[in-house]
Amino acid sequence: MSYDSIVCVKQVPDTANVTGDAMKDDGTVNRAALPAIFNPEDLNALEAALAVREQHGGTVTAITMGPLGACEVLRACLYRGADRAVLLTDRRAAGSDTLATSYILSQAIKKIGKYDFVFCGRQAIDGDTAQVGPQMAEKLGIAQVTYFERFVDLSGRTARIRRNVGNGWEVLEVRTPMLITVLDTANEARPAAARRVMRYKRARAADEVIKDVATAMPDASDAEKEAEQARRLEALKINALLLEKWDLDDIDADLMWCGVSGSPTKVHRIQSIVLTKEGYTEIPPTEDGVKQLVHELIVDHTLG
Amino acid sequence: MIEPNRKGEVWVFAEQEDESLCDVSLELCGRARELADQLGVKMGAVLAGWNVRELSYRLIAQGADRVYCVHDTELEHYRTLPYARVMCQLIAKHKPQIVLYGATALGRDLAPRVASEMRAGLTADCTDLEIGEYRDPKSKTTHKNLLLQIRPAFGGNIIATIVNFDRWPQMATVREGVMALQAGDPGRTGEIIDEKVALSEIDKAVRLIERHREERSVNLKAARTIVAGGGGVGSKENFALIHELAGAVGGVVGASRAAVDAGFIGKEHQVGQTGTTVRPALYIACGISGAVQHRAGMEESAKIIAINWDKDAPIFSVAHYGIVGDMSKVIPMLIKAIKERA
Ligand SMILES: Cc1cc2nc3c(=O)[nH]c(=O)nc-3n(C[C@H](O)[C@H](O)[C@H](O)COP(=O)(O)OP(=O)(O)OC[C@H]3O[C@@H](n4cnc5c(N)ncnc54)[C@H](O)[C@@H]3O)c2cc1C
Repeated sequence: MSYDSIVCVKQVPDTANVTGDAMKDDGTVNRAALPAIFNPEDLNALEAALAVREQHGGTVTAITMGPLGACEVLRACLYRGADRAVLLTDRRAAGSDTLATSYILSQAIKKIGKYDFVFCGRQAIDGDTAQVGPQMAEKLGIAQVTYFERFVDLSGRTARIRRNVGNGWEVLEVRTPMLITVLDTANEARPAAARRVMRYKRARAADEVIKDVATAMPDASDAEKEAEQARRLEALKINALLLEKWDLDDIDADLMWCGVSGSPTKVHRIQSIVLTKEGYTEIPPTEDGVKQLVHELIVDHTLG
Repeated sequence: MIEPNRKGEVWVFAEQEDESLCDVSLELCGRARELADQLGVKMGAVLAGWNVRELSYRLIAQGADRVYCVHDTELEHYRTLPYARVMCQLIAKHKPQIVLYGATALGRDLAPRVASEMRAGLTADCTDLEIGEYRDPKSKTTHKNLLLQIRPAFGGNIIATIVNFDRWPQMATVREGVMALQAGDPGRTGEIIDEKVALSEIDKAVRLIERHREERSVNLKAARTIVAGGGGVGSKENFALIHELAGAVGGVVGASRAAVDAGFIGKEHQVGQTGTTVRPALYIACGISGAVQHRAGMEESAKIIAINWDKDAPIFSVAHYGIVGDMSKVIPMLIKAIKERA
C-alpha cells in the first residue's frame, strides 16, 4: 500500500543568530537583519515523509503558511523531493496565534483531501510551543503521535510508531490517517539534490512572478509587464513549476477563526528588560584572581 | 466555548506516572492556590488514572480544595485521546476559569489538544502567572481579574504578557522548577469527587504496545552546583572542559539552548525558559551570552559566576562574580585553584 503525506513547514527567523548586528539599541531584535531559515525540525518531518514514499510509494505535499517569502522553504522542499508545494498566504491571517494557525492549516489540509499522514516538526524555534501539531490533529479529528522517532512497522492502515517521551520511549499502534510531529533526533534530513535544484530553483508562485517582472523590467509599461507576466506564468505551468498559492477563500476558512479574531491569546504588553551592569564583583582572568574567588566561595560555604 | 467565565475554579492538571505525581504538578498547585485566593474561588486538581485515588491527599496537602478523580483502566497509561476526553468533559461540566498544565512531554501533548477542542487560548512555557486586568483598546472595556501569562518573547530582551479575555478557560503550561514547591500541609482538608467519563471507541483506538522508562540521568533541579556551557564552548570536544569543571566542584552539567542545538550536549541539560529552571547555590555560566530565555531559568541562583570574553554580555547583569576572559584559559585555572584549595 502506498501512502500520501502532507508536510507542514515553516519559515522562521534564525534565533541562533540573535547576536551583535541583529540587536537594536533598545534591546529588541531587528528582524530584518536576521536570516530566515527552514525550521530545523520541519526538515526532519519532510525527511520522514520522503522516507515513507521511498519505501512504500505515494506522494509528498508540502504546505506552508506565511508571507510570499516563505516560497523559499517550499522550493527547499521541492529540492529534497516533495511532489507538490502549496503556499497559504493571506493578509487576513496576520496576527494568528497557534489556535488560528492550526485552524487555517487544517482547512488547507482538508482541501488537499486525501492523505494518510500529516507530518510536522515537533516545534518551531521562534516559539518552541509545539502546539500547532496537536491542535491541527484535533481540528482534523485524527489521532496524533507527537515526538516521533521511527516507524517500527507500517503495513496497510496500521502503523507502529516509537515515540520519545523524554524519560523513555513507547510504541503506539495507530491507524491512518494520523498526524505525526517529528523530533530532530528522528533522522538525518537529506540535503537538496543538485538535479532537483537545477529544475526547481525556477519554481515560482504567481505573486512572485509579478515581483520578478517588476524588478526585471522597471521601465516597461503596465501592458508590457502584464504580457511578460502572462508569458512567464504560462511557461511555469507548462513546466509544472508554478507553486500553488491559496488564500483563506480558497480553503473555505471561516474568517471568525482566522487572524486576530480567531486568536484567543492577545499580547497585553511587551516590556523591555533594562539590564543593570553594576552589582557584580569583577574577577581578573588570572591565576591569582581565580584563586581568590575560589577562596571566597569556600569561606562562605558556597563550595563545600 | 466562547462565553467568558470569571467565577470558575482554578485548576491544575495533576500529571501522574506509575502512580506517582509529577513534581511540576505539585509546584503548580502552590501557584494555583495563590491565584484562587486572589480570585476568591476554589482550587481544583484533575487526577486521571488507575489506582491513583490515594494521590488526592497529596494534592489537597499542596493546596487543592477539590480533586476530581477519574478512574478507568483505560487511563492507566497516558494516551492523548482518552485524557483529552477527560479534560474536555470535566471542563465543560465544571467550567473552571483557569487550567494549568506542566510543560512536560505529556502536558505539551495534551494541553494543545484540549485547547483546540475548547477553542481556548493556551500560552506555552510561562515563567510567571499573575492576576491582573487588561483594557481592550478595541472595545474600550476593562477586563478585571484575568490570568496574566508572562513569558519571554522572541525578539531580544523582552518579556510579553499574554491574556485571553473572550474565551474560556484561560490555559497555560509551565516548565518544571519555575514555581517553587511549597511545603505541603498534610492537615489540610479537601473534597475528593469521583467522576465518570464516557470514552468512545475512537478515543480508545490508539494502542500502547510497549513502554520503557528510564531513570532521569540528569537532575538539574536538585543540584547544589551547576556548571553550564553555552555556544561559546565551540564544540562537543571542548565541552569536556565543562564536564571537568563540574567534576571538580561536584556539580551537574547544564547548557544553553545554543549548546544543545549545536549538538554539544543532550536536551535534558538545557537550562532556561524551555529547559529546566534551576536555583542552585552556585551557577557557573561559561561562554553563555545570557539571553532572556536563559536568564529566566537561572537568575534566582544564590551565586552566579559568569565567564565570558565579551564584557557587555547580558549574563553579567545577573552575575555576582564576573570574569571577562577566554573560558578555555579561565576554566583550567579554576579547576587548578579548586584542586589546590585547603
Ligand atoms: C522560544 C525560545 C525559547 C528559548 N529557550 C531557551 C532556553 O530554555 N535556554 C536557553 O539557554 N536559551 C533559550 N533560547 C535561546 C536564547 O534566545 C539564546 O539564543 C541562547 O540562550 C544563546 O545561547 P548562548 O548564549 O550559549 O550562545 P551564543 O548566543 O552563541 O553566545 C555565546 C557567548 O559565549 C561568549 N564566548 C564565545 N567564545 C568564548 C570564549 N572562548 N570564552 C568566553 N566567552 C566566549 C560570547 O561572547 C557569547 O556571549 C530560546 C529562544 C527562543 C526563541
